[in-house]
Amino acid sequence: MKLRTALMGAAAVLAFAPAAFAERGADGHVNVLYWQAPSILNPYLSSGTKDVETASLVLEGMAGFNEKGEVIARLAESIPTVENGGITADLTQITWKLKPGLLWSDGTPVTSADAKFTYEYCTHPEGGCAQAARYEGISSIETPDDLTVVITFAAPKPNPYTAFVGGTSPILQAAQFANCLGAAASTCTDQNFKPIGTGPFMVTDFKVNDVVELAANPNYRDAAKPAFATMTVKGGGDAGAAARAVLETGEFDYAWNTQINPEQQAQMSAAGKGVLLNGFGTLVERIEMNMTDPSPDLAEGERSTTKHPHPFLSDLRVRKALSMAIDRQILVDIGYGSAGRPTCNLVPAPEMFASDNTDCLAQDMEGAKALLEEAGWTDSDGDGVRDKDGAKLRVVYQTSTNPVRQDFQAVIKDWWTELGVEVELKNIDASVFFGGDAGSPDTFQKFYADVEMYANNFDGTDPEPYLAQYKCDKIPGPENQWQGENINRFCDPAYDALVDELSKTADMAKRGEIAKKLNDMLTKDSYTVVALVDRGRLSAASNTLGGVVLNTWDTELWNAQDWFRVK
Amino acid sequence: MTDTNIGIAPPESFRAAVWSQFRKHKGAMFGLIVLALLVVFVVIGPLVWQPEKLKVAEALKSKNLGPSLRFPMGTDQLGRDQLARMMAAGKVSLAVGFIAMMIAIFLGTFVGVLAGYFKRLDGILMRLTDMFLALPLIPLLLVMVMLFRDKIARVLGPEMGAFILIVFAIGVTSWMHAARIVRGEVLALKEREYVLASRAIGASPRRVILRHILPNVVSPVMVAATLGVAEAIITESVLSFLGLGFPPDFPTWGRLLYEGLEYMQLYPERVIFPGLAISLTVLSVNYIGDGLRDALDPRIRGR
Repeated sequence: MKLRTALMGAAAVLAFAPAAFAERGADGHVNVLYWQAPSILNPYLSSGTKDVETASLVLEGMAGFNEKGEVIARLAESIPTVENGGITADLTQITWKLKPGLLWSDGTPVTSADAKFTYEYCTHPEGGCAQAARYEGISSIETPDDLTVVITFAAPKPNPYTAFVGGTSPILQAAQFANCLGAAASTCTDQNFKPIGTGPFMVTDFKVNDVVELAANPNYRDAAKPAFATMTVKGGGDAGAAARAVLETGEFDYAWNTQINPEQQAQMSAAGKGVLLNGFGTLVERIEMNMTDPSPDLAEGERSTTKHPHPFLSDLRVRKALSMAIDRQILVDIGYGSAGRPTCNLVPAPEMFASDNTDCLAQDMEGAKALLEEAGWTDSDGDGVRDKDGAKLRVVYQTSTNPVRQDFQAVIKDWWTELGVEVELKNIDASVFFGGDAGSPDTFQKFYADVEMYANNFDGTDPEPYLAQYKCDKIPGPENQWQGENINRFCDPAYDALVDELSKTADMAKRGEIAKKLNDMLTKDSYTVVALVDRGRLSAASNTLGGVVLNTWDTELWNAQDWFRVK
Repeated sequence: MTDTNIGIAPPESFRAAVWSQFRKHKGAMFGLIVLALLVVFVVIGPLVWQPEKLKVAEALKSKNLGPSLRFPMGTDQLGRDQLARMMAAGKVSLAVGFIAMMIAIFLGTFVGVLAGYFKRLDGILMRLTDMFLALPLIPLLLVMVMLFRDKIARVLGPEMGAFILIVFAIGVTSWMHAARIVRGEVLALKEREYVLASRAIGASPRRVILRHILPNVVSPVMVAATLGVAEAIITESVLSFLGLGFPPDFPTWGRLLYEGLEYMQLYPERVIFPGLAISLTVLSVNYIGDGLRDALDPRIRGR
C-alpha cells in the first residue's frame, strides 16, 4: 500500500514536471549505487549486469526496450517493421535508419560505418565477444549511405531486434576502437574504461571496481536533457547496505538490485526517505521434476539419464499432487514480499507470451492426497509415508545454499510430509550447483536428485530460445558432458514439432499463441516444471529523485536522461 | 584443610588431590557448572519442552515473535519455536564437539606415543604430522563432504551420514597438536629410571607403554582434549555457517546463527541465543581445561 502511494506520488510529480526542468544540467548531481561495482564500461567484454547497465549511460544502440518490453527507437529514426517496409517479407533483412545530425560526445558525427564497425568488432574471430549471441545469424551488414544500415540474415529471423537493440549491443565509435579489434580488444584500456558514446552522460573518471564519475554529454540529441550535470556510480557493499543507503540514510538517490527480505523491506521503507521499486520480468523460481531415475544404485553415467525413467515421478498424477500441495502465496510472503508474486507459468511475461494458467494457485491438500491414492500410493504400514509395491514415496529435494531457498525447502517439506511423502533436503554451495563442472555430482545439470529448485529467466522479450531448451536433443547426459539445457529430461515429439513451428512463424499474435501452448505443455498439462514464484527486480529510489521507471527488459538506467531532482 | 596438616593426614589419593585443587580454580568450577547446565539443557530439555507441531499456515501466524511465555526464545521467520530448535541444535553441536575430540585425542596419543617411544618411527610420523598441520582445513573438509557425503548417506541415512562424516573430518584434521605434546612428554619419560628399570627386567614395549608411559601423559592429553572440544564446536559452526555439512532441516548452533544473521537488526535475539550458547560452551570448556592443567600439575598442586 505504502509502495503504491509513493509510486502514485512519483507519477503525479512526473505529470507536472516538464515545466520545471527545461535545461540541461540544471539539477546538479545524482548518486547511484551499484553494490556490485562496475569493472569495465564496454559491454562487449563483460556480461556482468553491473557493467552493461553502467555502460548504457554512455553507449546506446539503434533501439532499446521500454518497461513494457516494447522496442523503442534510440539512435534510429523509427523502428523497422514488416508493415513499414523496414523488414523484408521473407524476414531475412532489416534496414535501420539513423536520426540525421547525431553527434558523438566528442563532437564528431555518428554514421552507419560505426554500426558496421561494431558488428565487425564483436564478431571478430580472435576476440571473445561477450554479446556474440546478439549478432548470431547475421550474414552481412551493408551501409549504402551514411545513415542507413542493412542487416541480412542467413535464414528467416522472426525476431530481428537483436543486433544494436538494448543495452547489451550498443554502437561503438569506429574511430575510437579502430585499433582494438580481435585479440587487442582487452588491451585497449582507455577505450574500454572511457568509451565515447551518444548517451546522456560521458565518463570523466573511472576507478575500476570502485567508482565511475560522469558528466552530462554536451552533444546529447535532446538539448534539454539530461537534467543532472554530473553523476556518480559507486560500487561496494551488499544488497542490504545498498537499500539502507537509499531508504534509511539517504546518502544515495538510486540503488540497483536491493533484494532484501520482506521484514527488512517494511522496516526500511518506514524510514520514509525513499521507495522500493519493483518490476516483474521473466525470472521464475521453480521446482524441476526429474523424469529420469537418479538412484545412486545405478552405474555412473546411467544415473539421471534417459536410459532409466523415474520410478514414480514419470507418473503425471504424482507430479501434479506434489504441485497441488504447495501454497505459493505463503512462499511469496516468506521470501520476497512485494518483489514476488505466485505464478504457475514458466513464461510469466511479456503479456503476449504469458499463458492465463492459474490452476495451481490455490493449495488443494485433500485433492493431492486423493490423486496419490488414485495413483496407487497408499500408506499401507501406517508410518505416515505412502508406499506402493514395497517402494516408499521418498524424494531427495536439492537446491543451492541461500537463506530464502532453505526456508522454502523447510516449508515445502512440511507440506509434502503432510501429503505422505518422505523428503530428504540437500543444499549445495551455489558456485558448485550452478558451476557446470562435469566432474562434480552436485551440479543442477547432473540432477542427482528427484526434484530441485532454482530460478531462471530469458534474455530479451522473445521466449523462443528459452522454450526450445526443452527439446529432446537438449537433454544433458554423459555424451554431451552434461551441458544440455533440458534439465528435466522432458521429451515429447509433439513439443519439439511445436517449437519448430514457432521458429518459422513471424506473425506476433500467432507466436504468442504457440508460446502459450508450449508453456502449458510444460506446466499445467504435464507438471514437469512446477513454477512457484515470479520474482521481480527490486531497486530503491530516493523520494527526491524523479522520473525513475524500473525496466526489466533493458538496463535499469535506460531512461537516466529523464531523471530529475524533485524540488 | 588438607594443606595445614599435610604431614599428619594419611596420603590422599591422586584423584582427591586433583579434585581439591580443581575446586580452587573459580573459573574451572564456573565452566564445569555451565557445561553441565548446557548438557542438561540439550539432553533433558527436549523431554520436558515439547511444543505442538503446527501446520505451516498456522505456524506462520506466529513468526518472528520475541521471547514470551509460550515461546521462551521467540520464533523464527517460519514460526518455529526457537527453544526447541536450540535444544535439538545443541545436541548435535555438543555431540560433534565431544566425539570429534575423542577421535582427535585417540589419534594424537597413538601417533605421539609411537613417535616418542620408537626412534625409527619418529621421523616418519612427525613429518606426517607436519604434513597434516600444513593442510588447509576448510577446503579439505569441503572436498571430503563433496566426495563422501552421498556414499555415507546411502549406508547410514542423510543425517547420521553427515554426522559421522563431519565428526570424522574434524577428528582427523585436529589430532596434530596432541601428537606433538604427547611425543615430547614420552621422549622425556622414557629416560626416567622406572622406565629403564622396567625395560631392564625385560618388559615388552607394549607393557612399558601401557603400564608406565600412558598413565603419565594423561594430564597433557586431558588439557589438549578440552581445548579440542571447543575447536571442534567452532569448526562445525563454521561449516554450518557456510551452509555445508548437515542437511538444511537439521539444525546446529552454527546454522541457527547463520539463519539469524539476516534478521540481526530486527530481532537480535535470533543471533544472541545461539551465539551465546557457542561462546558459553567454548569458554567453559577452555576454563575446565585451564583448571585441569593446574590441578594435574604436581608443582602447582602442592602450593
